[in-house]
Amino acid sequence: MLTIYINNTEVQAEEGWTILDAAQFYGLAIPTLCHNPGLSNYGGCRLCLVEIGEGKYTKLVSSCTYPIGEGLVVHTDTKRVLEARRMMIELMLSTAPGSKVIQDLASLYGVKQMRFKIRNEECIYCGLCVRMCEEQMDAKAIGFQNRGFKRKISTPFDERSYECRLCGACMYICPACALRCQGPDADTAVCNACLNLDPTCVEVYDELQCWMYDAGQCGTCVKKPSDAK
Amino acid sequence: MNVELDKVKSFVDKHACDPSALIAILQDIQAEYNYLPRRALLVLSQMIKTSMVDIIGVATFYSAFSLEPRGEHTATVCMGTACHVRGGPKILEEFERNLGIESGHTTEDKQFSLETVACLGCCAIGPVVVVDGDYHAQVSIRKVEPILRKYQTKEKKDDAPN
Repeated sequence: MLTIYINNTEVQAEEGWTILDAAQFYGLAIPTLCHNPGLSNYGGCRLCLVEIGEGKYTKLVSSCTYPIGEGLVVHTDTKRVLEARRMMIELMLSTAPGSKVIQDLASLYGVKQMRFKIRNEECIYCGLCVRMCEEQMDAKAIGFQNRGFKRKISTPFDERSYECRLCGACMYICPACALRCQGPDADTAVCNACLNLDPTCVEVYDELQCWMYDAGQCGTCVKKPSDAK
Repeated sequence: MNVELDKVKSFVDKHACDPSALIAILQDIQAEYNYLPRRALLVLSQMIKTSMVDIIGVATFYSAFSLEPRGEHTATVCMGTACHVRGGPKILEEFERNLGIESGHTTEDKQFSLETVACLGCCAIGPVVVVDGDYHAQVSIRKVEPILRKYQTKEKKDDAPN
């Protein structure tokens, strides 16, 4: 058993856990898109960023890939973390604005603007389908191809492959292409229709002040003053 | 081009059917056929027990590999910062006009492939064009055609206008 400090609380965690495992064990809501308990850790979506370290020397790490050590100090919901997450959501929103999962995350995290060129793709390259196909379905029918801005996920030679059994697991697990956002302006801007949360607190602090944020229910107190209505 | 299975097998055997030698084997195949023939990759996949997805992933990641047949000669135009400001894009345009293809493709007669590269490290002699490993320094639009003619085969030269 290791002793770590999550959000100033001393907790016990088992060796071999990642920060995300420990946080989820104690009921903290950390958003993820590329993580799935049944698949290997990937660290691609950068939504699960948390701040580790103390004082001036803190850094952001992806909690799904960072193994915990004795005495590790973690903050899951500081201003810096939230701003990084908002930026990641904004970037993913510009890539796949039609995804309901990403639109919901945008609403939940108070992303109210989208400053990038809309690309209307249906993939955010989280790699869930590739890992699902290989690790759970044991098929290895799809994989990453090319690199840089040409990167894509496809079967070899872009043809129906013998390995593919049409099981549909890749679509089942995809956060971007399966559920479509039905909002009025889903493809043009931030939708913010389904999950608009009214602020429940008036004051704004640098770090979370109550348990409601930990449980993923509020978060007003760590929002920017300008974001709170 | 016919793919001889024995040849592919000898490349794989050279590396003792080792999956971690994938890049080396692909390089051998690429050197032999000037591209990666589909049948060769299928045989390779079975021999080193690596899935097609992984092989295609590696083959498409590195620009040294091509899944489409390449031309006899490969002209590479440098698009690095130094070559770019000295007119690299215009030289590429001239190549494209001369060969009638866009960069990344091969002429119909399989004579030339046209490619771009980010930087060759010899910025002082830019704009640089490399054809089959020969460096051509300070290329101007006027020098493009002579460079291409130098590599065209004999009969092609006779066919060419003017």
